[in-house]
Amino acid sequence: MNKRNRKNTAKIKDQLFKYFAILCTGFGLLALGVLLVDIISRGMGRINWSFFSNLPSRHFSESGIYTALIGTASLLFFTILVALPIGISSGIYLQEYGARNRFARFVEINIANLAGVPSVIYGILGLQFFVRIAGLGSSILAGALTLALLIMPIVIVATREALKAVPNSLRDASLGMGATKWQTTSRVVLPAAWGGILTGIILSISRAIGETAPLIVVGALVYVPFVPEGPLDQYTTLPIQIFNWTSRPQQGFMNNAAAGIIVLLAFTFLLNGIAIFLRNRWYNKIKL
Amino acid sequence: MFKLESQDLHLYYGPKHALKGISMGVDANSVAAFIGPSGCGKSTFLRCFNRMNDLIPNVKMEGRVLLDDNDIYDSDTDVYEHRKRIGMVFQKANPFPKSIYENVAYGLRIVGEKSRSIIDEAVETALTQAALWDEVKDSLKKSALALSGGQQQRLCIARAIAVKPSVLLMDEPASSLDPLSTTKIEDLIYTLKKDYTIVIVTHNMQQAARVSDKTAFFYLGELIEYDNTDKIFTNPSKEATQNYISGRFG
Repeated sequence: MNKRNRKNTAKIKDQLFKYFAILCTGFGLLALGVLLVDIISRGMGRINWSFFSNLPSRHFSESGIYTALIGTASLLFFTILVALPIGISSGIYLQEYGARNRFARFVEINIANLAGVPSVIYGILGLQFFVRIAGLGSSILAGALTLALLIMPIVIVATREALKAVPNSLRDASLGMGATKWQTTSRVVLPAAWGGILTGIILSISRAIGETAPLIVVGALVYVPFVPEGPLDQYTTLPIQIFNWTSRPQQGFMNNAAAGIIVLLAFTFLLNGIAIFLRNRWYNKIKL
Repeated sequence: MFKLESQDLHLYYGPKHALKGISMGVDANSVAAFIGPSGCGKSTFLRCFNRMNDLIPNVKMEGRVLLDDNDIYDSDTDVYEHRKRIGMVFQKANPFPKSIYENVAYGLRIVGEKSRSIIDEAVETALTQAALWDEVKDSLKKSALALSGGQQQRLCIARAIAVKPSVLLMDEPASSLDPLSTTKIEDLIYTLKKDYTIVIVTHNMQQAARVSDKTAFFYLGELIEYDNTDKIFTNPSKEATQNYISGRFG
C-alpha cells in the first residue's frame, strides 16, 4: 500500500513538472510572439525600397537605412577578414599541433572565458588600442578590429570543437600512409571538420551584426548623412541607427526603428538558419 | 634474410613495460599472425613496424626494427617515406569522407602525382587487387561512407596497396565484420600474399590458422612462442600456448 502511494506521488510529481515545463516554454514563446507582432505591426508599413535606399534624414518619412547597411556591411567585411584567418589558424594550432599540458589547458580556459566577456569591455580595449594608440580614430577599421577581437574566441572554440569531432581513426589512416601532419590536417581533417567550422563562423557573424555597445564606445556615429568610402571613414551600423531612432520623441521614428529591427532580425534569422542547416548536414555526414 | 625483423625490442608507455625484448622475423611473401589475449602487446608491436607509436606521447623504445635489413628507427630514416612502404589496415574500417575514387587515390595525391591517367590506372589496379572493383566500378564518384562495412574494409585495403607498399600490416581487420565479409577478407589475404608480406593481428584463432604461415603467441608483453602455424595449433612447445589455443585462458 505504502509502495503504491509512493508510486502515485511520483507520478503526480512527474505530471506537475511536465505542465510546469510547458508553462515556462509557453511564457517564453508568448513574450517573443508579442514582441514580433508589435514590431511587425509598427514597422512593416515602413519597409519599402526607399527605406533601404534613403540616407537618414530629419524627416522620418524620408529617412532610410542606406548608410547603416553600407556601414554594417563594410564593418563585417573587415571583421571577417581579420578574425577568420587568425581564429581558424589558432583553433587548428591548439587542437592539432599544440601540446597537451597545463599551459595548453590554461590557454583553453582563458579562451573560453574570453568568449563570455561583456562586449563593452572589448569596446574599451578597442578605444584605447585601436582608436587612440594606433591612431585609427573612430573609423570602420577601428570598429572592425574591435569586433574581430570580440568574435575571435567564438571562432577559435568552434574550430576546435569541429576538429575534435573528427575521429582519430581518420588521422591514423592518413598518417599511416605516410602523409605529413600538414597533409593530414589540410586534406583529411579540415575537409571533414569544415561544416562545423562554417557553422561557428556564421554564428559569430550573426553575433557581430547585432553588436552595439562596443561600437558606440569606439565612436561609431549615431547620425551619418554620408556613405563611408574607405576603411578609415566614419560610419554607423544598423543597430546603432535603430538605437538613434528609438531615442527620438516622434512616433514616426519609432516606426522606423521597428522597420530597422525587422531588417536586422531577418538577417540574423537567415544566418542562424543557414548555420543550423549546415550543422545538421555536417553531423549526418561525419557520424556515418 | 627476413623481410621484417625486430631485435630485442622493448617498449615503454610511461612506466609500463609493454613489450619485453621481442626478437622475431617475417619472411617475404608470407603471412604472419599475432595472437594473444587483449592487452598482450600484439597491436603495439604491430605499430612498431610503421612507427605509428611515434605519434603517442610518453612512448620509449629500445632495440631495432629492420625492413630489408635497414633500421627503420635510424636517425636518417625518413618516417614518411618509410610509412609509404608499409601499408596499414585498421580494426575499424576508416575510409575518408570522400569519394571511393579519392580514397584510393589519396596515397598518390600526397606524393604529388598529378597525371590523371596514372591515378586512374592505380585506382583500378588497387580496387581489383582488393576484390572490390566489380562492385564499385560504376560508382567511383559516390561517397565511400555509403559502402557496407565489409566493402569499406576492402576499400581501406585498396587504399593501402594503391601506393605499392611491400608490407601490409593488418590490425584485426575482420573483427567488426559479418562472417561473409570476413571470408572475403581472408581470401583476399591469401591472394595478396603473392605481392606483399603480411602481418595480421587477430583475436580469432581459426582465422590465424586459416590465413597464416607462421603464428606468434604473445602474453603480457612477451613473445611466448613463434613457429609455423601448423605446429602452433597442433603441437605447441610451450604450455601457455597450448592453454591459450585450447581456450583455457585469454
